[in-house]
Amino acid sequence: MHYLTIKNNQSVPVSEIPEVSYNAFLILNTGMVAENSERHCVNYFGYKLGDKIKLICCIADDAEHLIYVSSCLVEVGSEHASFTAKLLCFEKFEREIHENFGIQFTDHPWLKPVRYAHDRFDKNQNISNYPFYSIDSEELHEVGVGPIHAGVIEPGHFRFICNGEQILHLEIQLGYQHRGIEKLFIEKKKLNQLTTLAESIAGDTTVGHTVAFAHIWESLCGIKSTYDTAFSRTVALELERIAIHTGDLSAVCTDIAYQLGSSVFGRLRTPIVNFMQEWCGNRLSKGLIRPGKNKFPFTKSLANRLSELLDAFEADFTEMNNELFSLPSALSRFERTGVVSHEDASSIGAVGMAARACGVSRDIRTSHPYGLYPELNHEPIIKHHGDVYSRVQIRKSEVIQSIKYLRKLIGNIPEISEPVANQAIGKDLFSISLVEGWRGEICHCAISNSEGGIKHYKIKDPSFHNWLALALAVRNNEISDFPICNKSFNLSYCGHDL
Amino acid sequence: MLSVLLITTAAFFFTGIIVRVKSMASGRKGPGILQPVYDVVRLFRKGVVYSETTSFIFQIAPTIYFASVIMAMLVVPFGQSSGVLGFNGDFIFFAYILALGKFFSIIAAMDTGSSFEGMGASREALYSMFAEPAFFILMGSLALLSGHTSFQEIFAALHIGSQISYALAALATFVILMIAMIESSRMPIDDPKTHLELTMIHEVMILDNSGFDLGLILSAGFLKFTIYGALIVNLFIGVIPYQYAIPAFFAIQFLLAITIGLIESFMARFRMSHNPQFIVVLTSVSLLIFFGVLLILQKFM
Repeated sequence: MHYLTIKNNQSVPVSEIPEVSYNAFLILNTGMVAENSERHCVNYFGYKLGDKIKLICCIADDAEHLIYVSSCLVEVGSEHASFTAKLLCFEKFEREIHENFGIQFTDHPWLKPVRYAHDRFDKNQNISNYPFYSIDSEELHEVGVGPIHAGVIEPGHFRFICNGEQILHLEIQLGYQHRGIEKLFIEKKKLNQLTTLAESIAGDTTVGHTVAFAHIWESLCGIKSTYDTAFSRTVALELERIAIHTGDLSAVCTDIAYQLGSSVFGRLRTPIVNFMQEWCGNRLSKGLIRPGKNKFPFTKSLANRLSELLDAFEADFTEMNNELFSLPSALSRFERTGVVSHEDASSIGAVGMAARACGVSRDIRTSHPYGLYPELNHEPIIKHHGDVYSRVQIRKSEVIQSIKYLRKLIGNIPEISEPVANQAIGKDLFSISLVEGWRGEICHCAISNSEGGIKHYKIKDPSFHNWLALALAVRNNEISDFPICNKSFNLSYCGHDL
Repeated sequence: MLSVLLITTAAFFFTGIIVRVKSMASGRKGPGILQPVYDVVRLFRKGVVYSETTSFIFQIAPTIYFASVIMAMLVVPFGQSSGVLGFNGDFIFFAYILALGKFFSIIAAMDTGSSFEGMGASREALYSMFAEPAFFILMGSLALLSGHTSFQEIFAALHIGSQISYALAALATFVILMIAMIESSRMPIDDPKTHLELTMIHEVMILDNSGFDLGLILSAGFLKFTIYGALIVNLFIGVIPYQYAIPAFFAIQFLLAITIGLIESFMARFRMSHNPQFIVVLTSVSLLIFFGVLLILQKFM
């Protein structure tokens, strides 16, 4: 066996991961993904091991609920054939490895910088000399947007090549939000610091990322999280999904200038985030998830409040959706706008709701279940057209589904268990955690060192893949439809930039 | 003179009413009716910042734009009282003096060298171009019907004719209202509230304007609306005495503002590529009016 088979949230000694030659590594991993459409790469990264680079590739098998991990040792700055030449979904992983360690992937189509990590290999690559794709044409024109966003959300630069109103090409340059999160995970030693750090990976996926971190930590420590902890986390994940999806529906309505939808969905998001405040004292659920313990147990009175709230929410939510999806002017903006084909979505390795809107069934809640999802028998919601309409519809359906799950969950509140005593993390372990955040698959990988600290921490936000899906979606669309395409994905800048 | 007075007064409230209606429709209280005016007054007290890449065109354009709207206002009559500058053929003057102002705002937008503003300018030029035939076919038909070529005489004569001229007036109201929406960059053509430069038409053209210049452009915008409103009012009031005509003027302007506020609250903006289709439809409605006029005049063989 050239690879190690593990499950989600499992820790194994690093030494057990088989190390193969680069060629075998390439054939093994591309082969595994190519031969089975149920498999995709969840993480592929490198870290410094002495003066060499250790590459670790994790392929998830959605049908078998397994993760295949393999590794390879290469020299800094060495030249190798690329995975990308065979499978596009490795494109950004290889660009990242190239940027960080200077490894040359000879037949990679375009080794552009990803996020300008502070300790990148080539310091001459900086944000001001990004190699934009450019055209030399009298008819076409370039439109540059950002890095300051018109709505002052997060920075990112978008460069369009247009033929009149029609977008031919969009290039997205990110990296403005790079904070060195992964490095901070190594530098910070206290568990509280690390958890707070995990909460700030992407502000809109606080629960998702913190749950992934908590799973990793518990797995490294060898603690099994208690039933009531898993319960709280599952409830929090679904509440986050409802809150953000509803907020996004509001934002999509704002972008098509549909004021009624914008204000009604905006109002509906508020009770959900206010409930989080009631539960844990923070509307964005910061402080709620802590490794090894259930810091804010879900009580009977909270359940009653939530149940009342969901009743009021669901009635208004359904009514507003009926209104929105029967409004001709709104439908004409949604339908056939920003289409990502099924082939494109699967070849670039799109994840989460953006992939499910293109008919790609990729949902960690079913494929690598954690928390209470095995009990809920989660069925992913799939739409097939891949346009803005599908992405808006999928948000609506997922909110309804989450409400159903929450009702089921709060019907049976578990007893509060004793918190587990804090433990040191195991030595020289590798651990992986997959969580389905509202946006999609979140993957955290950690490797511990021989002193019981973290040697390497790798985060992959769903936005990492999905930004490319956005660039494909807007092709041949009108440039004035870009904002609505963008909002229908609502990708994270800081989740990508780390 | 009366028309100038009435149009200016109505302009003070018009945009405020739209904003208020939109706020109320979305369950908010909304700012005071005069808030847009306060905003403009505040802008008038500010200095202007010019981009280094712009030339004198960018500096004179807001003034010319404002002046063109004022000039257009001067030819609009009110019932029996002619406009300050009323003359034969003044509706052509009206259309082209507004076009002149628009031309300057377009080249000023191009002058900034911003790719957004260039896009906005090209959209604005395209939509005005499409809206032009609708206005001229409409006014030409009315001129044919009444046998006159000045606003005041056309509108006065319209009411001496048969009942069918009121049916034509209803169609004409639709056309002028829609032209007003296009010219004032309101929904469903343009979204004045958006923050997204890529979807803007008029707003993106004035991104670089600031202070006094921006104040001029905004106040010209307020006036434009009530000028078109005044044209609609004229279709109906004809020769009725002032004590009824003046309240009717404000009532119709008020109704227009509410209509616009409601449209903007309860529908989504058109997809950019559907705008030309929509605007061209106005031309066909104008043609309908033209054929109506031919019927009345029994010019059909």
